[in-house]
Amino acid sequence: MPQLLEQDDKGIYCAVADVYIDPWKPVKKAFVTHAHADHARPGSAQYVCVDASREIIKHRLEATNVDSLPFGKPITVNGVKFSFHPAGHIIGSAQIRVEHKGEVWVVSGDYKTENDQLSGGFEPLRCHTFISECTFGLPVFNWQPQETVFNEINKWWNTNKEDGKVSFISAYSLGKAQRVISGLDGTIGPIYCHNAVENINEIARAEGFEIQDTMRLNIEMDKKSLTGGLIVAPPGFMNSNYISRMKNVDLASASGWMNLRGARRRRAVDRGFVLSDHADWNGLLSAISATEASKILVTHGYVNVFSKYLQELGYDAQILQTEYEGDEVEQEVVADEGV
Amino acid sequence: MKAFSTLFTKVEQTTSTNAKVQALVEFFHEAPDEDKIWAIALFTHRRPRRTISTTLLREWAAELANIPAWLFENSYHIVGDLAETIALVLPANEHQIDKSLSQWITEISELKKQDDSVKKDWIITAWSGLNKNQRFILNKLITGGFRVGISQRLITKALGKYLEVDDSKIAHRLMGDWSPFDTSFEELMLSQDFKDAISRPYPFYLAYAIEKELEDLGSADTWSAEWKWDGIRGQYIYREGEIFIWSRGEELVTDRFPELHTVPNGINENFVIDGEILAYYEDQPMNFQHLQKRIGKKTVGKKLIKDVPVVFMAYDLLELNGQDMRHKTFAERRSLLEDLASQSKSEHLILSKLIEFNDWDVLRKLIKEARERKTEGFMLKNLASPYRNGRKKGDWWKWKVDPYTIDAVMTYAQRGHGRRANLFTDFTFGLWNEEGNLVTFTKAYSGLTDVEFQEISRWVRRNTLERFGPVNAVKPVHVFEIAFEGIQESRRHKSGVALRFPRILRWRKDKKPEDANTLEDIKQLLQE
Repeated sequence: MPQLLEQDDKGIYCAVADVYIDPWKPVKKAFVTHAHADHARPGSAQYVCVDASREIIKHRLEATNVDSLPFGKPITVNGVKFSFHPAGHIIGSAQIRVEHKGEVWVVSGDYKTENDQLSGGFEPLRCHTFISECTFGLPVFNWQPQETVFNEINKWWNTNKEDGKVSFISAYSLGKAQRVISGLDGTIGPIYCHNAVENINEIARAEGFEIQDTMRLNIEMDKKSLTGGLIVAPPGFMNSNYISRMKNVDLASASGWMNLRGARRRRAVDRGFVLSDHADWNGLLSAISATEASKILVTHGYVNVFSKYLQELGYDAQILQTEYEGDEVEQEVVADEGV
Repeated sequence: MKAFSTLFTKVEQTTSTNAKVQALVEFFHEAPDEDKIWAIALFTHRRPRRTISTTLLREWAAELANIPAWLFENSYHIVGDLAETIALVLPANEHQIDKSLSQWITEISELKKQDDSVKKDWIITAWSGLNKNQRFILNKLITGGFRVGISQRLITKALGKYLEVDDSKIAHRLMGDWSPFDTSFEELMLSQDFKDAISRPYPFYLAYAIEKELEDLGSADTWSAEWKWDGIRGQYIYREGEIFIWSRGEELVTDRFPELHTVPNGINENFVIDGEILAYYEDQPMNFQHLQKRIGKKTVGKKLIKDVPVVFMAYDLLELNGQDMRHKTFAERRSLLEDLASQSKSEHLILSKLIEFNDWDVLRKLIKEARERKTEGFMLKNLASPYRNGRKKGDWWKWKVDPYTIDAVMTYAQRGHGRRANLFTDFTFGLWNEEGNLVTFTKAYSGLTDVEFQEISRWVRRNTLERFGPVNAVKPVHVFEIAFEGIQESRRHKSGVALRFPRILRWRKDKKPEDANTLEDIKQLLQE
């Protein structure tokens, strides 16, 4: 008997409903967990997402055929019940719950278990089969509470300001950037955002998300006038002429990878703040346990190691070979967008 | 430990050299002398003897972290550093222990003769009372290999600033065989002759690869040229009746080369000579792999000495009868070196010959013979140059022959670790055999830009055929140009060849897999 959800060369497919979830090739009907480029790809005839993600998906995919639903409200397609539930990953990110004849699957997309007050608190959903990411599925990844990280960031910004420097934080434009901004102490100085970031900020504000005031970075601005301020821009912008020719700038990166010394050195940043939009080791394990699922399919990340460990814990865990890539693709997508 | 850990954090949190030097100077001002000397020792790669094996450390860390051993090992593979892996997997500390750096090191060395149970109690107590950063440092003190972005040059600069002494003097004082267990900060940095001074080598002068046209160096008659020999750079020291041989990695390797233990017959003077240790047989250097056999062994047997005889190929004279010669010109030093070598009747001390040339074209022609002569190319030295400290541009240049290259197909990819934990960076390559199959012939893991690594990693994730543990078999699609320095027959490898220093030269996106070279092509090189 075919399974409720299967993977084919286009994506995760529900044959009964003829619906794809986060397909990587164009399809007729695509349910999308969130707007990151590896999950929401252009070219499909119809998109369905959660309300909070609609405008962002329209903007990023330049798509008009986007339908949306509020969190928790089911839609039935050919007898299969679909609903969106908070995933806590980024603004408008959702898990997709799929129910048919009493069998429940959950596609979690990307998620994190700490509530960042922007992305909606991760909602544990009981299910039979749980499809989980494991970007940071190793016991070396253990995040500190975000308050601690934000304190470090603000302290660093303040010190730079006192030293007459500009602060620069690289954060991908959708999600991480807004989260960083939400943690900044705006009384220290002005916050400048790269176009790619500010475009998302504007959409998010219009959708009712509370994002403090920021200014659009303009390369015509006198660089001296930026002193004491903080720039939020996608990682690719760090290597731009604009930044590399800037004197008196202190570079930082905000990412889960900054937990590893090696990754910090590779980025060649002055500071690496460990701030991730993905669940850490314990986050993954507790989320999985809360689903009470017996079958776990793991997608992108340390899939070999993580699935093996889940098997030792007694789960029926397998690897699902997808084309999702975690945040890496996000960093490249915006790299070419100039100011 | 707090001061040292603060120093460490500051150094880690900046990419600016000045800020690092500043942090070091501040540390020297604040830390007691016994911590200073240990900090210097650690930053110059001297470390206390390991008293807890890494096997035990791994076992106890996994136990404390409550994870199975295989999971710890997999994490270690990704992180790429044992000390860091342990620091990251352990649960957060609930109290804080304060001890000085030297106190920690003393305790570590005292564990030497203790039972494993005592060691275990000690380390678990220590881990439980330190934060992530301090734990990492403690683990590094035990496991060694303390690389933290502080180069010898940086520590030299900071000490120079702190002590208000010229950097080159500091660099020299830091050289050689000293240990904080029997040398104090004051002895090392401030006294002229302490007990280990007679073995002390000079900092090596290292050359960069030439990056401009020969004509831009100026007139050919102001330069000297020698063959660049492929051995181990070393210093041959004879002072007060004792002989010391140092390798460029500042390792005392006297024991490995008994041929050099007697002062070359006929020489009555004390000296420090810079040169190359070479395996040498019947007036010809032997392949580097032969020399490797000798480096690998602490004690050298008679047979090995007979099979792989060693010479010291002299390049330069740094000290003569106690007088530092480094400020003299290369021409002057060379003439003194020739005088000295001419007194020698030993077959184990050989003078590196100067090549006669009156214009640059002579060298351009001659370099074609470099491989045949078992050399890597030329060393060019300005005749007026002093002997400098460390790697400096301008007066000395190395001019290496172009490497061999071959186009090969990528067949396997493996995730990197440490710096590149989230990318695929270690690749295996194959060449076509007569049956039209790809035969693996080498691995290579350097030579691509970060952007290219990202691109290929993304491709690997989507085009994996099969997984073997951390290794992914990929579709044989991409062609890369592989460069290497040498090739030998090998019975251990399926391909029948072993390469020296293989690396990726470029990604040949213009080529299809069928355009890649064959095994036959590479075997042709064996004949050359």
